[in-house]
Amino acid sequence: MVHQYKLNGYNIVLDVDSGSIHLVDDLVYEIVSLYEKSDRDGIVHALSDRFDHDDIRSALDDVQELVDQQKLFSRADYAARLFDGSRSGASVESQSKEQYSLIESPSCPYGDLATSYRKDNDIIKALCLNVAHTCNLDCSYCFAGQGKYKGEQALMSLETGKKAIDFLIECSGSRRNLEVDFFGGEPLLNWQMVKEVVAYARSIEKETGKHFRFTLTTNGILIDDNVIEFTNKEMHNVVLSLDGRPHVHDRFRVDIGGKGSYARIVPKFLELVRRRNRGTYYVRGTYTHLNTDFLNDILHMLDLGFREISMEPVVCRPEEPYALTDEDIPIIKAQYEKLAEEMLRREREGDPFEFYHFMIDLEHGPCIYKRITGCGAGTEYLAVTPSGDLYPCHQLVDDPSFKIGTLDDGVTELDLQNEFRKCNVFARDACRDCWAKLYCAGGCAANAFHMSGSLLGTDKFGCELFKKRIECAIMIKVAKAVASTT
Amino acid sequence: MSDKKRIITLPTRKLIDADGRDGCGECQTSCQSACKTSCGVANQQCEQERD
Repeated sequence: MVHQYKLNGYNIVLDVDSGSIHLVDDLVYEIVSLYEKSDRDGIVHALSDRFDHDDIRSALDDVQELVDQQKLFSRADYAARLFDGSRSGASVESQSKEQYSLIESPSCPYGDLATSYRKDNDIIKALCLNVAHTCNLDCSYCFAGQGKYKGEQALMSLETGKKAIDFLIECSGSRRNLEVDFFGGEPLLNWQMVKEVVAYARSIEKETGKHFRFTLTTNGILIDDNVIEFTNKEMHNVVLSLDGRPHVHDRFRVDIGGKGSYARIVPKFLELVRRRNRGTYYVRGTYTHLNTDFLNDILHMLDLGFREISMEPVVCRPEEPYALTDEDIPIIKAQYEKLAEEMLRREREGDPFEFYHFMIDLEHGPCIYKRITGCGAGTEYLAVTPSGDLYPCHQLVDDPSFKIGTLDDGVTELDLQNEFRKCNVFARDACRDCWAKLYCAGGCAANAFHMSGSLLGTDKFGCELFKKRIECAIMIKVAKAVASTT
Repeated sequence: MSDKKRIITLPTRKLIDADGRDGCGECQTSCQSACKTSCGVANQQCEQERD
Protein backbone atom coordinates (compact mmCIF):
# COMPACT_ATOMS: atom_id res chain seq x y z
CA MET A 1 0.00 0.00 0.00
CA VAL A 2 1.21 3.48 -0.88
CA HIS A 3 0.09 6.80 0.57
CA GLN A 4 1.11 10.01 -1.15
CA TYR A 5 0.46 13.59 -0.12
CA LYS A 6 1.69 17.13 -0.62
CA LEU A 7 2.47 19.28 2.38
CA ASN A 8 4.48 22.45 2.92
CA GLY A 9 5.82 22.24 -0.63
CA TYR A 10 6.99 18.62 -0.39
CA ASN A 11 5.74 15.65 -2.43
CA ILE A 12 5.85 12.75 0.00
CA VAL A 13 5.33 9.07 -0.78
CA LEU A 14 4.97 6.48 1.98
CA ASP A 15 5.34 2.78 1.27
CA VAL A 16 3.30 1.40 4.13
CA ASP A 17 4.41 -2.22 4.33
CA SER A 18 8.14 -1.52 4.15
CA GLY A 19 7.98 1.70 6.14
CA SER A 20 9.91 3.51 3.41
CA ILE A 21 9.51 7.26 2.98
CA HIS A 22 10.37 9.07 -0.23
CA LEU A 23 10.52 12.73 -1.19
CA VAL A 24 9.85 12.90 -4.92
CA ASP A 25 9.58 15.45 -7.69
CA ASP A 26 6.33 16.27 -9.49
CA LEU A 27 6.88 13.72 -12.24
CA VAL A 28 7.55 10.78 -9.93
CA TYR A 29 4.60 11.85 -7.80
CA GLU A 30 2.36 11.55 -10.88
CA ILE A 31 3.89 8.22 -11.88
CA VAL A 32 3.31 6.76 -8.42
CA SER A 33 -0.34 7.76 -8.58
CA LEU A 34 -0.70 5.91 -11.92
CA TYR A 35 1.61 2.97 -11.27
CA GLU A 36 -0.95 0.38 -10.27
CA LYS A 37 -3.58 1.57 -12.72
CA SER A 38 -1.64 1.54 -15.94
CA ASP A 39 1.28 -0.10 -17.72
CA ARG A 40 4.50 1.68 -18.71
CA ASP A 41 3.25 2.84 -22.10
CA GLY A 42 -0.02 3.96 -20.60
CA ILE A 43 1.78 6.08 -18.02
CA VAL A 44 4.00 7.66 -20.67
CA HIS A 45 0.92 8.45 -22.72
CA ALA A 46 -1.02 9.86 -19.78
CA LEU A 47 1.78 12.23 -18.79
CA SER A 48 3.16 13.13 -22.19
CA ASP A 49 1.23 16.38 -22.43
CA ARG A 50 3.01 17.74 -19.36
CA PHE A 51 6.39 16.02 -19.27
CA ASP A 52 9.12 15.09 -21.73
CA HIS A 53 9.01 11.46 -22.94
CA ASP A 54 12.61 10.74 -22.01
CA ASP A 55 12.10 12.24 -18.58
CA ILE A 56 9.05 10.06 -17.99
CA ARG A 57 10.91 6.92 -19.01
CA SER A 58 13.88 7.82 -16.83
CA ALA A 59 11.62 8.48 -13.87
CA LEU A 60 9.80 5.22 -14.51
CA ASP A 61 13.15 3.44 -14.25
CA ASP A 62 13.79 5.12 -10.90
CA VAL A 63 10.38 4.07 -9.63
CA GLN A 64 10.89 0.52 -10.84
CA GLU A 65 14.21 0.37 -9.01
CA LEU A 66 12.48 1.19 -5.74
CA VAL A 67 9.81 -1.39 -6.49
CA ASP A 68 12.49 -4.00 -7.10
CA GLN A 69 14.11 -3.06 -3.79
CA GLN A 70 10.76 -3.51 -2.03
CA LYS A 71 10.71 0.13 -1.04
CA LEU A 72 7.68 1.01 -3.10
CA PHE A 73 4.47 -0.96 -3.65
CA SER A 74 6.01 -3.58 -1.42
CA ARG A 75 4.02 -6.52 -0.17
CA ALA A 76 4.08 -7.57 3.44
CA ASP A 77 5.68 -10.89 2.68
CA TYR A 78 7.58 -10.72 5.95
CA ALA A 79 4.47 -12.23 7.50
CA ALA A 80 5.60 -15.67 6.42
CA ARG A 81 8.88 -15.24 8.20
CA LEU A 82 7.24 -13.92 11.31
CA PHE A 83 4.78 -16.78 11.25
CA ASP A 84 7.37 -19.51 11.01
CA GLY A 85 8.46 -19.08 14.60
CA SER A 86 11.87 -17.74 13.75
CA ARG A 87 11.44 -14.89 16.20
CA SER A 88 13.42 -15.52 19.31
CA GLY A 89 11.68 -16.54 22.47
CA ALA A 90 8.36 -17.50 20.97
CA SER A 91 6.87 -20.23 18.91
CA VAL A 92 4.18 -18.50 16.98
CA GLU A 93 3.82 -21.41 14.66
CA SER A 94 2.61 -23.77 17.34
CA GLN A 95 -0.45 -21.90 18.40
CA SER A 96 -2.07 -19.46 16.14
CA LYS A 97 -4.89 -20.18 13.81
CA GLU A 98 -6.67 -23.12 15.35
CA GLN A 99 -6.37 -22.22 18.97
CA TYR A 100 -6.79 -18.49 18.65
CA SER A 101 -8.67 -18.03 15.43
CA LEU A 102 -10.20 -14.86 16.76
CA ILE A 103 -9.80 -12.79 13.69
CA GLU A 104 -11.05 -13.69 10.27
CA SER A 105 -8.53 -12.02 8.06
CA PRO A 106 -7.69 -14.39 5.23
CA SER A 107 -6.07 -11.64 3.21
CA CYS A 108 -4.08 -10.38 6.10
CA PRO A 109 -2.30 -12.95 8.26
CA TYR A 110 -1.00 -10.35 10.67
CA GLY A 111 -4.28 -10.45 12.53
CA ASP A 112 -3.55 -13.96 13.72
CA LEU A 113 0.05 -13.05 14.29
CA ALA A 114 -0.89 -10.13 16.49
CA THR A 115 -3.38 -12.14 18.48
CA SER A 116 -1.05 -15.07 18.96
CA TYR A 117 1.74 -12.72 19.97
CA ARG A 118 -0.41 -11.36 22.75
CA LYS A 119 -1.25 -14.90 23.87
CA ASP A 120 2.32 -15.99 23.52
CA ASN A 121 3.44 -13.17 25.73
CA ASP A 122 0.72 -13.26 28.35
CA ILE A 123 2.51 -10.98 30.73
CA ILE A 124 1.85 -7.63 32.34
CA LYS A 125 4.52 -4.95 32.28
CA ALA A 126 2.75 -1.67 32.99
CA LEU A 127 0.28 -0.45 35.59
CA CYS A 128 -1.60 2.78 35.92
CA LEU A 129 -2.08 3.25 39.64
CA ASN A 130 -5.12 5.37 40.37
CA VAL A 131 -3.75 6.33 43.75
CA ALA A 132 -6.40 8.97 44.41
CA HIS A 133 -10.00 8.81 43.23
CA THR A 134 -10.46 12.37 44.27
CA CYS A 135 -9.25 15.74 43.05
CA ASN A 136 -8.63 19.25 44.29
CA LEU A 137 -9.85 20.67 40.99
CA ASP A 138 -13.30 20.43 39.48
CA CYS A 139 -12.67 20.35 35.73
CA SER A 140 -16.00 19.73 34.01
CA TYR A 141 -14.40 18.13 30.95
CA CYS A 142 -12.54 15.48 32.96
CA PHE A 143 -13.08 11.96 31.60
CA ALA A 144 -12.44 10.72 35.13
CA GLY A 145 -15.44 12.61 36.51
CA GLN A 146 -13.45 14.95 38.76
CA GLY A 147 -11.32 12.00 39.77
CA LYS A 148 -14.10 9.81 41.14
CA TYR A 149 -14.81 7.76 38.00
CA LYS A 150 -18.54 7.78 38.86
CA GLY A 151 -17.73 6.17 42.21
CA GLU A 152 -16.84 7.26 45.71
CA GLN A 153 -13.84 9.30 46.72
CA ALA A 154 -10.97 7.03 47.74
CA LEU A 155 -7.24 6.94 48.32
CA MET A 156 -5.10 3.90 47.62
CA SER A 157 -3.48 2.49 50.75
CA LEU A 158 0.24 1.82 50.99
CA GLU A 159 -0.55 -1.86 51.39
CA THR A 160 -2.44 -1.88 48.09
CA GLY A 161 0.30 0.10 46.37
CA LYS A 162 2.94 -2.37 47.46
CA LYS A 163 0.69 -5.22 46.44
CA ALA A 164 0.46 -3.68 42.99
CA ILE A 165 4.25 -3.58 42.71
CA ASP A 166 4.49 -7.23 43.77
CA PHE A 167 1.72 -8.14 41.31
CA LEU A 168 3.52 -6.40 38.47
CA ILE A 169 6.81 -8.12 39.21
CA GLU A 170 5.10 -11.49 39.49
CA CYS A 171 3.25 -11.07 36.18
CA SER A 172 6.08 -9.55 34.19
CA GLY A 173 7.90 -12.72 33.28
CA SER A 174 11.22 -11.99 31.63
CA ARG A 175 10.48 -8.31 31.05
CA ARG A 176 13.02 -6.07 32.72
CA ASN A 177 11.56 -2.63 32.11
CA LEU A 178 8.36 -2.10 34.08
CA GLU A 179 6.25 1.04 34.02
CA VAL A 180 4.12 2.51 36.77
CA ASP A 181 2.11 5.67 36.30
CA PHE A 182 0.81 7.51 39.34
CA PHE A 183 -2.52 8.79 38.18
CA GLY A 184 -5.85 9.88 39.56
CA GLY A 185 -7.76 12.00 40.26
CA GLU A 186 -4.88 13.97 41.60
CA PRO A 187 -2.03 11.73 42.79
CA LEU A 188 -0.43 14.43 44.93
CA LEU A 189 -3.40 14.07 47.27
CA ASN A 190 -1.80 10.73 48.20
CA TRP A 191 1.80 11.87 47.92
CA GLN A 192 3.27 10.15 50.97
CA MET A 193 1.93 6.84 49.70
CA VAL A 194 3.43 7.51 46.24
CA LYS A 195 6.85 8.15 47.76
CA GLU A 196 6.71 5.01 49.85
CA VAL A 197 5.60 2.86 46.91
CA VAL A 198 8.50 4.20 44.84
CA ALA A 199 10.92 3.49 47.68
CA TYR A 200 9.53 -0.03 48.02
CA ALA A 201 9.88 -0.72 44.30
CA ARG A 202 13.41 0.66 44.21
CA SER A 203 14.35 -1.49 47.21
CA ILE A 204 13.55 -4.71 45.36
CA GLU A 205 14.74 -3.77 41.86
CA LYS A 206 18.10 -5.46 42.25
CA GLU A 207 16.90 -8.72 43.77
CA THR A 208 14.11 -9.06 41.19
CA GLY A 209 16.16 -7.93 38.21
CA LYS A 210 13.60 -5.32 37.28
CA HIS A 211 13.89 -1.67 36.34
CA PHE A 212 10.99 0.61 37.18
CA ARG A 213 10.09 3.69 35.19
CA PHE A 214 7.69 5.91 37.07
CA THR A 215 5.50 8.64 35.67
CA LEU A 216 3.57 11.26 37.61
CA THR A 217 0.59 13.05 36.11
CA THR A 218 -0.45 16.09 38.12
CA ASN A 219 -2.56 19.25 38.02
CA GLY A 220 0.17 21.03 39.96
CA ILE A 221 -1.84 22.51 42.81
CA LEU A 222 0.12 20.69 45.53
CA ILE A 223 3.57 20.91 43.97
CA ASP A 224 6.14 22.13 46.49
CA ASP A 225 9.89 21.79 46.98
CA ASN A 226 9.51 18.27 48.33
CA VAL A 227 7.45 17.16 45.33
CA ILE A 228 9.86 18.78 42.89
CA GLU A 229 12.91 17.19 44.49
CA PHE A 230 11.42 13.71 44.69
CA THR A 231 9.79 13.84 41.27
CA ASN A 232 12.91 15.00 39.51
CA LYS A 233 14.92 12.28 41.22
CA GLU A 234 12.57 9.35 40.76
CA MET A 235 10.08 10.00 37.97
CA HIS A 236 11.16 8.95 34.50
CA ASN A 237 8.51 11.27 33.13
CA VAL A 238 6.24 13.90 34.58
CA VAL A 239 3.05 15.13 32.93
CA LEU A 240 1.94 18.62 33.91
CA SER A 241 -1.63 19.59 33.04
CA LEU A 242 -1.85 23.04 31.50
CA ASP A 243 -4.31 23.99 28.77
CA GLY A 244 -2.52 27.07 27.50
CA ARG A 245 -3.61 30.70 27.65
CA PRO A 246 -4.99 31.84 31.05
CA HIS A 247 -8.57 32.24 29.85
CA VAL A 248 -8.49 28.85 28.11
CA HIS A 249 -6.98 27.06 31.09
CA ASP A 250 -9.29 28.70 33.61
CA ARG A 251 -12.39 27.94 31.57
CA PHE A 252 -12.32 24.32 32.74
CA ARG A 253 -9.50 23.86 35.20
CA VAL A 254 -11.09 25.43 38.26
CA ASP A 255 -11.14 24.55 41.94
CA ILE A 256 -14.20 23.48 43.90
CA GLY A 257 -15.11 27.13 44.36
CA GLY A 258 -14.96 27.76 40.64
CA LYS A 259 -11.72 29.74 40.72
CA GLY A 260 -9.23 29.17 37.92
CA SER A 261 -5.96 27.44 38.73
CA TYR A 262 -3.63 28.97 36.09
CA ALA A 263 -1.97 31.53 38.35
CA ARG A 264 -1.33 28.97 41.07
CA ILE A 265 0.19 26.23 38.96
CA VAL A 266 2.28 27.92 36.27
CA PRO A 267 5.02 29.17 38.63
CA LYS A 268 5.21 25.69 40.15
CA PHE A 269 5.47 23.99 36.76
CA LEU A 270 8.19 26.41 35.72
CA GLU A 271 10.18 25.72 38.86
CA LEU A 272 9.82 21.95 38.49
CA VAL A 273 10.97 22.08 34.87
CA ARG A 274 13.82 24.47 35.69
CA ARG A 275 15.18 21.98 38.22
CA ARG A 276 14.57 18.90 36.09
CA ASN A 277 17.97 19.00 34.37
CA ARG A 278 16.76 17.90 30.98
CA GLY A 279 14.71 15.02 32.34
CA THR A 280 11.65 14.15 30.33
CA TYR A 281 8.49 16.09 31.04
CA TYR A 282 5.42 17.13 29.12
CA VAL A 283 3.24 20.12 29.62
CA ARG A 284 0.01 18.54 28.52
CA GLY A 285 -3.05 20.45 27.43
CA THR A 286 -6.53 19.55 26.28
CA TYR A 287 -8.21 21.45 23.48
CA THR A 288 -11.94 21.54 22.92
CA HIS A 289 -14.50 22.98 20.51
CA LEU A 290 -14.02 26.25 22.39
CA ASN A 291 -10.34 26.63 21.49
CA THR A 292 -9.81 25.09 18.09
CA ASP A 293 -7.15 27.78 17.68
CA PHE A 294 -5.04 25.73 20.10
CA LEU A 295 -1.84 26.68 18.29
CA ASN A 296 -2.11 29.92 20.24
CA ASP A 297 -2.12 27.91 23.45
CA ILE A 298 1.00 26.04 22.39
CA LEU A 299 2.66 29.34 21.52
CA HIS A 300 1.70 30.61 24.95
CA MET A 301 3.34 27.56 26.57
CA LEU A 302 6.46 28.30 24.54
CA ASP A 303 6.39 31.93 25.65
CA LEU A 304 6.28 30.71 29.24
CA GLY A 305 9.47 28.74 28.60
CA PHE A 306 8.23 25.16 28.21
CA ARG A 307 9.79 23.14 25.42
CA GLU A 308 8.16 19.69 25.71
CA ILE A 309 4.50 19.98 24.93
CA SER A 310 1.54 17.73 24.33
CA MET A 311 -1.91 18.93 23.32
CA GLU A 312 -4.78 16.47 23.10
CA PRO A 313 -8.31 16.63 21.75
CA VAL A 314 -10.91 16.45 24.50
CA VAL A 315 -12.51 13.06 25.17
CA CYS A 316 -16.16 13.52 26.07
CA ARG A 317 -19.75 12.77 25.09
CA PRO A 318 -20.65 14.34 21.74
CA GLU A 319 -23.59 16.22 23.26
CA GLU A 320 -21.31 18.30 25.46
CA PRO A 321 -21.11 21.94 24.32
CA TYR A 322 -17.33 21.76 24.24
CA ALA A 323 -17.20 18.50 22.26
CA LEU A 324 -15.28 18.72 19.00
CA THR A 325 -17.48 18.59 15.90
CA ASP A 326 -17.04 17.41 12.34
CA GLU A 327 -16.93 21.07 11.32
CA ASP A 328 -13.90 21.51 13.56
CA ILE A 329 -11.84 18.90 11.71
CA PRO A 330 -10.53 21.09 8.86
CA ILE A 331 -9.77 23.85 11.35
CA ILE A 332 -7.83 21.47 13.59
CA LYS A 333 -5.93 20.00 10.64
CA ALA A 334 -4.89 23.48 9.58
CA GLN A 335 -3.69 24.15 13.13
CA TYR A 336 -1.49 21.06 13.02
CA GLU A 337 -0.01 22.17 9.70
CA LYS A 338 0.76 25.62 11.07
CA LEU A 339 2.26 24.04 14.17
CA ALA A 340 4.56 21.90 12.02
CA GLU A 341 5.71 24.97 10.09
CA GLU A 342 6.31 26.80 13.38
CA MET A 343 8.40 23.90 14.67
CA LEU A 344 10.57 23.99 11.57
CA ARG A 345 10.94 27.75 11.79
CA ARG A 346 12.06 27.62 15.42
CA GLU A 347 14.40 24.73 14.67
CA ARG A 348 16.07 26.81 11.96
CA GLU A 349 16.39 29.70 14.41
CA GLY A 350 18.05 27.48 17.02
CA ASP A 351 15.15 27.35 19.49
CA PRO A 352 13.54 23.95 18.88
CA PHE A 353 10.75 22.38 20.88
CA GLU A 354 9.06 19.00 21.03
CA PHE A 355 5.41 18.32 20.32
CA TYR A 356 4.51 14.87 21.56
CA HIS A 357 2.29 13.92 18.64
CA PHE A 358 4.85 14.97 16.05
CA MET A 359 7.57 12.85 17.57
CA ILE A 360 8.37 9.98 15.25
CA ASP A 361 11.41 7.76 15.30
CA LEU A 362 12.00 6.49 11.78
CA GLU A 363 15.30 4.67 12.26
CA HIS A 364 15.00 3.33 15.80
CA GLY A 365 11.26 3.18 16.21
CA PRO A 366 9.07 0.23 17.06
CA CYS A 367 9.41 -3.19 15.45
CA ILE A 368 6.66 -4.82 13.45
CA TYR A 369 5.25 -6.60 16.50
CA LYS A 370 4.77 -3.34 18.34
CA ARG A 371 3.16 -1.85 15.25
CA ILE A 372 0.54 -4.52 14.85
CA THR A 373 -0.38 -5.56 18.37
CA GLY A 374 -2.07 -2.43 19.59
CA CYS A 375 -1.80 -0.46 22.80
CA GLY A 376 -1.71 -3.43 25.17
CA ALA A 377 -4.73 -2.40 27.25
CA GLY A 378 -6.12 -5.38 29.11
CA THR A 379 -3.09 -7.50 28.35
CA GLU A 380 0.30 -5.97 29.11
CA TYR A 381 -1.22 -2.84 30.61
CA LEU A 382 -3.80 -2.57 33.40
CA ALA A 383 -5.24 0.16 35.59
CA VAL A 384 -5.56 -0.37 39.35
CA THR A 385 -8.23 1.36 41.45
CA PRO A 386 -7.66 2.47 45.06
CA SER A 387 -9.35 -0.72 46.29
CA GLY A 388 -7.13 -2.95 44.15
CA ASP A 389 -9.56 -3.75 41.35
CA LEU A 390 -8.06 -4.23 37.90
CA TYR A 391 -9.35 -2.62 34.72
CA PRO A 392 -8.02 -2.92 31.17
CA CYS A 393 -7.37 0.80 30.90
CA HIS A 394 -7.62 3.96 32.98
CA GLN A 395 -10.24 5.30 30.60
CA LEU A 396 -12.58 2.42 31.42
CA VAL A 397 -12.37 2.53 35.20
CA ASP A 398 -15.75 4.28 35.43
CA ASP A 399 -17.58 1.26 33.98
CA PRO A 400 -17.90 -1.73 36.37
CA SER A 401 -18.59 -4.06 33.44
CA PHE A 402 -14.93 -3.65 32.51
CA LYS A 403 -13.60 -4.86 35.85
CA ILE A 404 -11.19 -7.57 34.77
CA GLY A 405 -9.89 -8.86 38.11
CA THR A 406 -8.25 -7.83 41.37
CA LEU A 407 -4.73 -7.61 42.73
CA ASP A 408 -5.55 -10.54 45.02
CA ASP A 409 -6.97 -12.84 42.36
CA GLY A 410 -5.24 -11.54 39.23
CA VAL A 411 -7.07 -11.33 35.91
CA THR A 412 -10.20 -13.44 36.31
CA GLU A 413 -12.39 -12.23 33.44
CA LEU A 414 -10.58 -14.13 30.74
CA ASP A 415 -13.29 -13.68 28.12
CA LEU A 416 -13.07 -9.94 28.59
CA GLN A 417 -9.29 -10.07 28.40
CA ASN A 418 -9.60 -11.98 25.15
CA GLU A 419 -11.71 -9.16 23.75
CA PHE A 420 -8.81 -6.82 24.40
CA ARG A 421 -6.32 -9.31 23.06
CA LYS A 422 -8.18 -9.07 19.78
CA CYS A 423 -7.76 -5.31 19.68
CA ASN A 424 -4.98 -5.09 17.14
CA VAL A 425 -4.41 -3.28 13.95
CA PHE A 426 -6.04 -5.93 11.77
CA ALA A 427 -9.10 -6.51 13.90
CA ARG A 428 -10.83 -3.33 12.82
CA ASP A 429 -12.23 -3.15 9.33
CA ALA A 430 -11.34 0.52 9.06
CA CYS A 431 -7.71 -0.23 9.88
CA ARG A 432 -7.07 -2.90 7.29
CA ASP A 433 -6.97 -0.51 4.36
CA CYS A 434 -5.61 2.47 6.28
CA TRP A 435 -2.16 3.75 5.37
CA ALA A 436 -1.51 4.87 8.95
CA LYS A 437 -2.08 1.53 10.65
CA LEU A 438 1.57 0.78 11.27
CA TYR A 439 1.99 4.17 12.90
CA CYS A 440 -0.99 3.94 15.26
CA ALA A 441 -1.22 0.16 15.86
CA GLY A 442 -5.00 0.35 15.82
CA GLY A 443 -5.46 3.32 18.07
CA CYS A 444 -7.15 3.63 21.44
CA ALA A 445 -9.58 0.84 22.36
CA ALA A 446 -11.31 2.98 24.95
CA ASN A 447 -11.90 5.80 22.49
CA ALA A 448 -13.18 3.29 19.95
CA PHE A 449 -15.59 1.90 22.54
CA HIS A 450 -16.83 5.30 23.63
CA MET A 451 -17.33 6.50 20.06
CA SER A 452 -18.76 3.36 18.49
CA GLY A 453 -19.98 1.15 21.34
CA SER A 454 -17.50 -1.57 20.40
CA LEU A 455 -13.88 -2.22 21.30
CA LEU A 456 -13.41 -3.20 17.68
CA GLY A 457 -15.16 -0.11 16.41
CA THR A 458 -13.43 3.01 15.23
CA ASP A 459 -13.01 6.49 16.59
CA LYS A 460 -13.29 8.07 13.15
CA PHE A 461 -12.73 11.55 14.50
CA GLY A 462 -9.57 10.48 16.28
CA CYS A 463 -8.36 8.64 13.19
CA GLU A 464 -8.72 11.74 11.03
CA LEU A 465 -6.63 13.78 13.43
CA PHE A 466 -4.06 11.05 13.93
CA LYS A 467 -3.45 10.75 10.21
CA LYS A 468 -2.95 14.47 9.87
CA ARG A 469 -0.49 14.46 12.78
CA ILE A 470 1.54 11.66 11.20
CA GLU A 471 1.58 13.46 7.85
CA CYS A 472 2.92 16.54 9.63
CA ALA A 473 5.46 14.53 11.63
CA ILE A 474 6.84 12.89 8.49
CA MET A 475 6.89 16.19 6.64
CA ILE A 476 9.05 17.61 9.42
CA LYS A 477 11.45 14.68 9.03
CA VAL A 478 11.56 15.24 5.29
CA ALA A 479 12.21 18.96 5.71
CA LYS A 480 15.05 18.28 8.15
CA ALA A 481 16.56 15.70 5.81
CA VAL A 482 16.52 18.20 2.97
CA ALA A 483 17.99 20.90 5.18
CA SER A 484 20.82 18.59 6.22
CA THR A 485 21.88 18.11 2.61
CA THR A 486 21.90 21.78 1.62
CA MET B 1 19.77 9.33 3.21
CA SER B 2 19.98 7.87 -0.28
CA ASP B 3 19.81 10.36 -3.10
CA LYS B 4 18.49 9.68 -6.58
CA LYS B 5 17.93 12.17 -9.29
CA ARG B 6 14.24 12.55 -8.70
CA ILE B 7 13.80 10.74 -5.42
CA ILE B 8 15.22 11.20 -1.94
CA THR B 9 14.65 8.20 0.32
CA LEU B 10 14.83 8.79 4.05
CA PRO B 11 16.57 6.24 6.26
CA THR B 12 13.94 4.16 8.03
CA ARG B 13 13.89 1.01 10.07
CA LYS B 14 13.43 -2.06 7.90
CA LEU B 15 10.16 -3.78 8.61
CA ILE B 16 10.35 -6.46 5.95
CA ASP B 17 13.66 -7.84 7.13
CA ALA B 18 12.62 -8.04 10.71
CA ASP B 19 15.37 -9.80 12.60
CA GLY B 20 15.12 -12.32 15.37
CA ARG B 21 15.28 -9.73 18.13
CA ASP B 22 11.97 -8.15 17.22
CA GLY B 23 9.07 -8.50 19.59
CA CYS B 24 11.09 -8.48 22.82
CA GLY B 25 8.40 -6.38 24.51
CA GLU B 26 10.79 -4.18 26.48
CA CYS B 27 9.62 -0.94 24.88
CA GLN B 28 7.26 1.53 26.44
CA THR B 29 3.58 0.69 26.67
CA SER B 30 1.78 2.85 24.17
CA CYS B 31 -0.35 4.92 26.50
CA GLN B 32 2.05 5.14 29.40
CA SER B 33 3.44 8.49 28.48
CA ALA B 34 2.20 11.94 27.72
CA CYS B 35 -1.15 11.19 26.24
CA LYS B 36 -3.50 8.97 28.24
CA THR B 37 -6.37 9.76 25.90
CA SER B 38 -5.05 8.84 22.48
CA CYS B 39 -2.21 6.66 21.43
CA GLY B 40 0.09 5.69 18.65
CA VAL B 41 3.38 3.86 18.50
CA ALA B 42 5.38 5.82 15.97
CA ASN B 43 7.12 7.96 18.55
CA GLN B 44 8.35 5.12 20.70
CA GLN B 45 11.93 4.00 20.72
CA CYS B 46 13.03 0.42 20.35
CA GLU B 47 14.79 -0.72 23.51
CA GLN B 48 16.99 -3.03 21.47
CA GLU B 49 18.33 -0.05 19.59
CA ARG B 50 18.68 1.92 22.79
CA ASP B 51 20.70 -0.82 24.42
